[in-house]
This record gives sequence, structure tokens and C-alpha cells, in this order.
Amino acid sequence: MRTAQPGLLQTVLAPIVFGVAVILLWQGLVTGLAIKAFILPAPFAIGAEFAGNLNNVAGGMTVTGRNSLIGLVIGAVLGIALAIVAALARLLDEMAAPIVAALSVVPIVALAPVLYTMFGAGAETARQLVAALAVFVPVYFNTLKGLRQVRPVHRDLMRAYAVTSWQATRAVTLPTALPFVFTGLRIASSLAVISALIAEYFGGPVGGLGKSITSAASSSNYGLAWAYVLGSIILGLAFYCAALIVEKLVTRRSGG
Amino acid sequence: MTDTLNVPGGDVPGGDVPGGDVPAVDVPAVNVHGVSRIFAAGKGPGVTALDDVSLDVAPGEFVSLIGPSGCGKSTLLRLIADLDVPTSGSIEVFGKPARQARIDQDYGIAFQQAGLLPWRTVAGNIELPLELHGVGKAARRGRAAELIALVGLSDFAAHYPDQLSGGMQQRVAIARALAESPSLLLMDEPFGALDEMTRERMQNELVRICAETQAAVVFVTHSIPEAVFLSNRVVVLEPRPGRIRSIVGVGLGDMSGRGEDLREDEGFFRSLSEVRDLLHGDPDSSGTGLPTGVVPKTGARGVETR
Ligand SMILES: Nc1ncnc2c1ncn2[C@@H]1O[C@H](COP(=O)(O)OP(=O)(O)O)[C@@H](O)[C@H]1O
Ligand SMILES: [Mg+2]
Repeated sequence: MRTAQPGLLQTVLAPIVFGVAVILLWQGLVTGLAIKAFILPAPFAIGAEFAGNLNNVAGGMTVTGRNSLIGLVIGAVLGIALAIVAALARLLDEMAAPIVAALSVVPIVALAPVLYTMFGAGAETARQLVAALAVFVPVYFNTLKGLRQVRPVHRDLMRAYAVTSWQATRAVTLPTALPFVFTGLRIASSLAVISALIAEYFGGPVGGLGKSITSAASSSNYGLAWAYVLGSIILGLAFYCAALIVEKLVTRRSGG
Repeated sequence: MTDTLNVPGGDVPGGDVPGGDVPAVDVPAVNVHGVSRIFAAGKGPGVTALDDVSLDVAPGEFVSLIGPSGCGKSTLLRLIADLDVPTSGSIEVFGKPARQARIDQDYGIAFQQAGLLPWRTVAGNIELPLELHGVGKAARRGRAAELIALVGLSDFAAHYPDQLSGGMQQRVAIARALAESPSLLLMDEPFGALDEMTRERMQNELVRICAETQAAVVFVTHSIPEAVFLSNRVVVLEPRPGRIRSIVGVGLGDMSGRGEDLREDEGFFRSLSEVRDLLHGDPDSSGTGLPTGVVPKTGARGVETR
């Protein structure tokens, strides 16, 4: 049974009221205590920079967002496909497990400099691959876990129906795994943005949010740097919320 | 596929025999011959779930398996369904090896857990076997609608399993088992999780459905009244190792004549106490079919004697 949804007023209004209160407090503290801009700029100043440089921030969001999205798609497709193969072939699963486990502990952004030399510093490829690798790990593990959740009674049912293993996979195994896949994708969605953004710090072409933050900060334009940070937050939230909504839609019927 | 889509008990040319391939009259629906099933248990000698069990079920006959937990009822049902294979002995369903009967879809099955697919509606769940076996969309829809009406869930066709009570889910599972008009129904404690009132209502419905479909039924239960009310014969099993202790012919008449008032019938109570005495392992009373009038001192484990 699903729990009752809290009212629209509660889910939307409460965070807004809270957010406005925090911003007002922040503004009050910065002006009241005369905090220097390089330590913490006032929110209204950041807002003004954000509005004044809307095109630049939006451009940065587009570049980083595009890299994240491409990485998300590549990583998700590979993660899901390899998990299906691993679930079907036990030997492959045993061979892949240590490799994927190793991948999951390597700080993947550390690969960025290596990838820049491989693909050239003028291309976005390295950033997309970093994002793809970051996405791959949680998607692979969650999908594999999901593929193993088939209930014994459903397995018996499929055997009683004498269907082929592909029919059983489509009728029962994949739908059972789906909520797990989308949980993996939700975790991966914010990782994709963070990884693509941080990969920019290690080289590659300008234009993305990561490069813009560093260049604005190094030219002492703290308000602008924070405006780009704000853009990053919005981008990450957009990815996360999109994945969350899809997950909620898919998970609706996974109980019982 | 078309002839498996007839309305249960509908006016099929050629009459009252359900299913596509009509078994010859003298071929039993189920023939279990000298079957043993030993589950390997690590280094130990293993668990003998069934030991040299033989049993015939006639076409259209309703046979219940009863006995304390762990006496091998589910194991026997799973062997008939070819969800498991015997260690020794043979099982034939309509004269074919159990494996072939499963591949030919000669039986429908319902488990203790309804086992519905939560992402499919009631109609979608009932259509599942038809869909997997390549029945066209229109035929599937029609058949599902008939079955939903049969189990009295017409208002819930578009509901999902998590919106239904346990009893309703079980009715969907039974409708799903009936979808391809099997000549044999295998049911493993399908009403086990239901409250007493729902359970009696479901039993009445099952009697009605069986009268309509003419299917043979192998029904696992641990409730004595349920076994006696539903069955032509009650097979009493004993545990460790799982063996048939005795088979009680109930003789309460034709399925179509069974109604609620049967529960008050004298024959019903006589069979009830006969099965009860057998379960409590009193060898003197077995076979006489007469009530002893003695209240049993202890109940066999896992068996409801109410
Ligand atoms: N898959 C299995 N592996 C090992 N032992 C099993 C298995 N299935 C059943 N058994 C054992 O076989 C015996 C009979 O089980 P079961 O047929 O489920 O009994 P019932 O349905 O009558 O309660 C029990 O002792 C049980 O522990
Ligand atoms: Mg059982």
C-alpha cells in the first residue's frame, strides 16, 4: 500500500519559506558583520551577478550539462547491458566483479589528466568519459542486484508456463529489476554532473561551469564565481529531480 | 489455441470435456508411481520428503492432500507440476511424462502466495499465460473478462494487486490458473493465508468453478473441513518419511450438488472425523469410516482440527 502524499502546500511551500528565510539571514549577516566578498559574498550580490551574466552562466550550464548527459547515457547503457550479461553468465559476473569493485574505489576524476592526453585537450571527450565511468559503477551494481530479486514464486510460475528464458527475462526479471535500475540512475545522475564539472579543473577547453568558476575566482570576481556555483547547483538539482521523478513513476507498482 | 479459449462449461461442440487434447477415458489425469524424493542435506543422509508414494487421480476428480507440515504435500504437488524431479519413481499426467505435460500446458497452477506481478493490472495478470503462449490481443481480452466475471472481480479489472485484499489477490491467481482451461488444476494451500469467512466463501466458489470446468484438481491443504468439503477423495499423508497413510473416499456427491448446507450434512461430519482420526494416527478407526466420539487428546502438528 502506498502512503498518502503530503499536500502540495507542504511539499512546495515549506522549502520555499525556509529558503527565503535562510537567504535573508545570510544577507543580514554579511551586511551586518561586513564580511568581505572573497570570504562570502552576499546573496543579493550573487543574484545580481547571476542575473547580469545569465547568458554566460546558461552557456556554462549547457556545456557541462551536455557532457554530463552524454556521460550519463553512455555509463547507464554500458552499466545496464553489462549487468544483464553478468546476470545471465555466472562466469562473467565472477570475472567482472573485482574489476568493477576496483573501478568503484578509484577516484575517477583522477583519470581526467590521463584521458586529456589520450583524447586531446581540445575535446570534451575526456569529461564525458569521466562522467560515464562515474555513472557506470552505481548503475551496474544496482541493476545486477535488481536482476537477482525475482521471487521464487515467479520463477516457478515461469517454469510452469514452459517459456523460453528470454520470455521469462522480459516478463518477470526485467520488470522486477527496473526500480533498482532507476535507483542506480538517480544516484548516478548527480555523480554525472559533479564528475563532468570537476574534470574541467584538470584541463580541456573553456566554456563549462568548472572552468568558469576557476577563472572567475582567479580574477577576484567572487560574485561571478558564486553565480557559476549557483548554476552548478541548479544543474545538479535538475538532473537529480528528473531522475527522481522517473524513479517515482517506475517504482509505483514495485511493491506487493 | 482457439479451443482452449472456450468459456468454462460453455457449449463446446463435443461436449463436456475441457481442454484441447482430450484424454482417453481410462487414462488417469495424474499417475504417481512409486515416487520418492530425497533432498540432499550437506554431508548428512538427506531429507526423505517422499517415500514410495503412489496415487492416481481420475479426470474430473477432486483430490486433497492433507497432513502435518513437512510431510511432503508441496513436494508432491511440485513433482506433478514438474517444478522438481523425483529421486526415483515416475509421474505421468494424462498419460505423458510430467515434463511433457508441463511443456504442453496441461495443467494450471496456484500457489500459497498469489504470486501476481505487481506491475500488471488484474486483467494483465490473468492475460499473462495467454500472452506468453502467443494468444492474440482480442482473444486475450475476452478470455480475461470472462474469468474476471467468474471470480467476481469485474469492478476491479483495471486495479493493481496492491489495491486488492489478500482474498481478492488469491481469486486473481485462481483465475490466472484457469486461463487456458486446463484439464488439471494444481493448488498448494491457495486459501492458507485467508481468514475463515473469506476462506469458506472461496471454497464455495471453487466448488462452483470445478463443477463448471470439469477439471481434475489436486489440492493441498492442512484444514480437515476444507479437504472434506471440497474433495471426492482425501489423501492423508504422514511425515518423516513422507508416505500415504490412507485415502478417504468422501462421497458427498457431485460437485454441482455441493452447497453451503453440505457443511451441516451428517456425511460431512462422518468423513471429517474419519480424516481426523487418521491424522492422529489411530489405526483402529481407519477404514471404518465411523466417528469414534472420542475427542483426540493431541492434534497432529500443523493440522487444523476445527
Ligand atoms: N528444496 C528443498 N530442499 C531441501 N529440503 C526440502 C526442500 N523442499 C522441501 N524440503 C523438505 O522436505 C520435507 C517436505 O516439505 P514440503 O513438501 O514443503 O512439506 P509440506 O508442504 O507438507 O509442509 C520437509 O522436511 C522440507 O524441509
Ligand atoms: Mg507446503
